[in-house]
Amino acid sequence: MTIAAPTERHAVLELDGVVKEYPGTPPVRALDGVDFRVTTGELVAVMGPSGSGKSTLLNMIGALDRPTDGDVRIGGRTVAGLPDKQLSRLRAESIGFVFQQFHLLDALDALENVATALLYRNVAPNERRRRAALALEQVGLGHRAHHRPPQLSGGERQRVAIARAIVGDPAVVLADEPTGNLDSRTGNDVIDLVRELHRAGSTIVVITHDASIAASMPRVVQLRDGRIESDRSAVPA
Amino acid sequence: MKASDIPRVGSLGLRTRRARTALTALGIAIGIAAMVAVVGISSSSRADLLAQLDQLGTNLLQVQPGNDAFGQTVNLPASAPGMIRRIAPVQSAAATRTVAATVRRTDKIPSGQSGGIAVVATEPQLLDTIGGRLSAGRFLNDATTRYPAVVLGSQAASRLGISDLAGNPVVYIGGHWFEVVGILDPIPLAADLDRSVLIGYDIAKQLFGIDDAPSTVRVRTDPDQVESVRAVLAATTNPQQPGNVSVTRPSDALAAKAATDKSLTALLLGLGAVALVVGGVGIGNVMVISVLERRTEIGLRRALGATKGNVRVQFLVEAVLLALLGGVTGAALGSAITAIYARNQGWTISIPSAALGAGVGLSLALGALAGIYPAVRAARLAPAEAIHPA
Repeated sequence: MTIAAPTERHAVLELDGVVKEYPGTPPVRALDGVDFRVTTGELVAVMGPSGSGKSTLLNMIGALDRPTDGDVRIGGRTVAGLPDKQLSRLRAESIGFVFQQFHLLDALDALENVATALLYRNVAPNERRRRAALALEQVGLGHRAHHRPPQLSGGERQRVAIARAIVGDPAVVLADEPTGNLDSRTGNDVIDLVRELHRAGSTIVVITHDASIAASMPRVVQLRDGRIESDRSAVPA
Repeated sequence: MKASDIPRVGSLGLRTRRARTALTALGIAIGIAAMVAVVGISSSSRADLLAQLDQLGTNLLQVQPGNDAFGQTVNLPASAPGMIRRIAPVQSAAATRTVAATVRRTDKIPSGQSGGIAVVATEPQLLDTIGGRLSAGRFLNDATTRYPAVVLGSQAASRLGISDLAGNPVVYIGGHWFEVVGILDPIPLAADLDRSVLIGYDIAKQLFGIDDAPSTVRVRTDPDQVESVRAVLAATTNPQQPGNVSVTRPSDALAAKAATDKSLTALLLGLGAVALVVGGVGIGNVMVISVLERRTEIGLRRALGATKGNVRVQFLVEAVLLALLGGVTGAALGSAITAIYARNQGWTISIPSAALGAGVGLSLALGALAGIYPAVRAARLAPAEAIHPA
């Protein structure tokens, strides 16, 4: 296992003074001047109570939405002003999502679900399936490749979703409450898998409100009322 | 997304909700089936008439007297049959003469109740000339034309209650008993003979005192020379007064029948079109609901990198495939209905491929039209809102 030396690290995610307002009377300011930076190979927990702006932050760093003000750069590319086509391409190539509700398509088996992540990157079908099979092996679900989501346990479904997030080898994996729908034991298994992927070199941001999960991460960013309250890096063990 | 991935992605929603897919496609299927069946049945009926014509031949001409200057009908000259037979392309000709007599089953039935059956004197060549066939017995020949023998037309036979020759039936014609020697099959090109009984010229002259002037001459010509024969027929029949002769071609009536029924077909097609439009609205409706239900799928696909265009294409293709499924099913259904109906009628099955093509093409267009609005709505969903259920 190789971990990139600090000198080689470069910023994957950069947020400078990001403001996000939602229209309304009065307008809701979900993010209020956030500066946030993630470099390659990092594992970061973003914590905060509900309403602190976690979801909005996820939308910003996942290129699902554009900021009202400030600058979001993903892999060095500025999100603001990108047309839909290029923004979509940025998501396809640079970001892997893991959702609380898994968001697997029930009509497809595990392998096809994982392969769908490569569909919008113009990868040929056979290559998609080959790489999806590898990703499923990586999360320990090679034997469940042809099961559909309803036939899988919650933990297995989240592993399939993680395989889908990493199959395209994205610059950053965004996990939004990945254990939120799981019991604590399978939740721990999923977090172990996240850490394993991190050791293997993936850059991962985990959004959670679970303090115990955050405590086990090398870096924790605390969000409150749309601002970063604290940003602590644990002393490496 | 590669173009080759589009059908699979576009059909995913249909494969997932099969019952809904089937019911929605049914609307289009019924419309297309109705239209294909209407076109197929009317075309099969036409094909059958034309096949009948082909078999009967269009080379039979019928010569009858017209009205003279005083509006009176005068029979054809007695010399007419001989003259007509001398026209080179004429293959055969047969004269008939209506006899003013009634025909009854027995002498116990009052003469008023003759059942509208005509008595016709004829030459033995008639059968070959009109292409007739006998369902029982024999036709008149040179010997039997001199005796009280009679051949019954098909309808005349059933009105007289005689279906076969068992027991040597006799009928009572103008005060004389005639032995029934044959019964004819229906003759499509000489339907008037179906309602007639045929006796020999010789016996008719002897018993009823008619002269040699025929009331009708039927002429079978060389199929390639029908028009040229037709052109000279009047003058040949009655050189003194060719204007008093009317020449018709009985097959023309059948051909005209093949051309009619257009307005009914148009009406039924219109009804099919209404069903089709209703089916199209159904598709649009179901697609709108589908887009609402599949918000998170849309959000997920956007998160995985689908562009607005990708999402639009997915839902548009889904609507088109749905309509296409209905269209193909409908075309098959319409063809089956046509086949069953045509078989029951004893027709040859004829389904114009243009009707099938138009049906499938129409459903495609309808699906595309019905899919535009839902597809645009799906593409317009903001990815962040779609993926996080509110």
